[in-house]
Amino acid sequence: MAQDRPTAAELLTAIADFLREEATPALDKAEPRLGFQMRVAVNSLAILEREVRLGPAADAREHERLTTLLGRNATLDELNRELARQLRSGERDESDVALMAHLEATIADKIAIANPKWR
Amino acid sequence: MTVHMPSETENVARVLAAATGRHFGAPAVIERLSRQSGGASRQTWSFDALIRGERHALILRRDPPTRGKTDRERAVAIDRATEFRVLQAAHAAGVKSPEPLFELTEEDALGEAYVMRRIGGIAIARKLLRDAPYETARGRIASQLGEILARIHATDPATLPALPRREAADHIAELRRSLDALGQPQPVFELALTWLDRRKPAPLDRPVLVHGDYRTGNYLVDEAGVTTILDWELAHLGDPVEDLGWLCVKSWRFGAIDKPAGGFGSREELWSAYERAGGGKVDPVRAHWWEVFGTAHWGIICLNQAWKHLSGSIRSMEHASIGRRAVETEVDLLQLLKQGA
Repeated sequence: MAQDRPTAAELLTAIADFLREEATPALDKAEPRLGFQMRVAVNSLAILEREVRLGPAADAREHERLTTLLGRNATLDELNRELARQLRSGERDESDVALMAHLEATIADKIAIANPKWR
Repeated sequence: MTVHMPSETENVARVLAAATGRHFGAPAVIERLSRQSGGASRQTWSFDALIRGERHALILRRDPPTRGKTDRERAVAIDRATEFRVLQAAHAAGVKSPEPLFELTEEDALGEAYVMRRIGGIAIARKLLRDAPYETARGRIASQLGEILARIHATDPATLPALPRREAADHIAELRRSLDALGQPQPVFELALTWLDRRKPAPLDRPVLVHGDYRTGNYLVDEAGVTTILDWELAHLGDPVEDLGWLCVKSWRFGAIDKPAGGFGSREELWSAYERAGGGKVDPVRAHWWEVFGTAHWGIICLNQAWKHLSGSIRSMEHASIGRRAVETEVDLLQLLKQGA
């Protein structure tokens, strides 16, 4: 059953905005150490908001690319395990163009969620 | 009747008064004792000791009786007694480092602990990179770090305590063990470790004292520049270029991405200051290897920090959230590997 609005992303944004704009300044005055922790928490909520919004499509794309790259179907975790094994053994390396395209696309989707400002 | 249970701070103050008095041979009054940032397992406390009317600015480094240390920390970090001896050797060799004063004893019951002099300056990268009072310092930091590092690496090995020797191959094996322990497949880190394994530099005939965590955040700076090098717990014997590479990992630039040397200068500035101060000639290919290694190393440390929370050894939102920073190094690793070398 669909939940009423706000959506998960909308609710996370509302919580993060409240904590950032109202709770953090008050904490900074009362207890700077907790003010710092609160910034970490607010930043984590922003990650979750992006993950709720962007994560499912990113996972689906990663799964599809891995299925093509490895030529078989399995769960996302199983495919990544197989890829990790091939990379540790050296069966594949950075000279593999399709591999590098897959990793770049995967990491681009991951950083867009974890820290879109990273350069 | 109410019974007063002494707080941890009161207990530390009482022990410090006795131990500091013992060291200076006169009664000591402890003032302004406060716990600094740092984990539950490796604590740093700041305090003043008043002795014969003189105020001494001091620091207590302390590991409480084993709590919250992961196997990996036990495997890579040296204990406090060894750290104390490394500091003694480095300080005696003229390295800008805190002067170690005395160790606490088992009867003091604070765990492994020692006291050193407190040195002025700040470590906070964001302030150092942007605030007006550090304008002059900013232009000096990269070359000062090169000079100090040359001194660290020149420390006479005969003056050092027994330290683990860690070569490129040992580091790679250690990181692969970490990945295996975490249990989540990590294709980009596997790719990077295989790249590193195939190109790893040969072990040195004469390994030197490597600081092991030489980066922005682990040294103090005042208006005139670097005052002291902190955080010696990852000291080991190995390749001096390891420290040069680690300092240039992008994660310590805090946005100043065009200044690889800790956010304050170019690699060439750092290397030439290092060479002028008596460090060996820096091979750019070797330095690049250690920079790639450092980037993978930091990423896997991020995963490990999250694992401390997930495994229950430390319950900490801060540790948990660091896990999501690992991907920053994956971005950097793919860029570095594309650059080749």
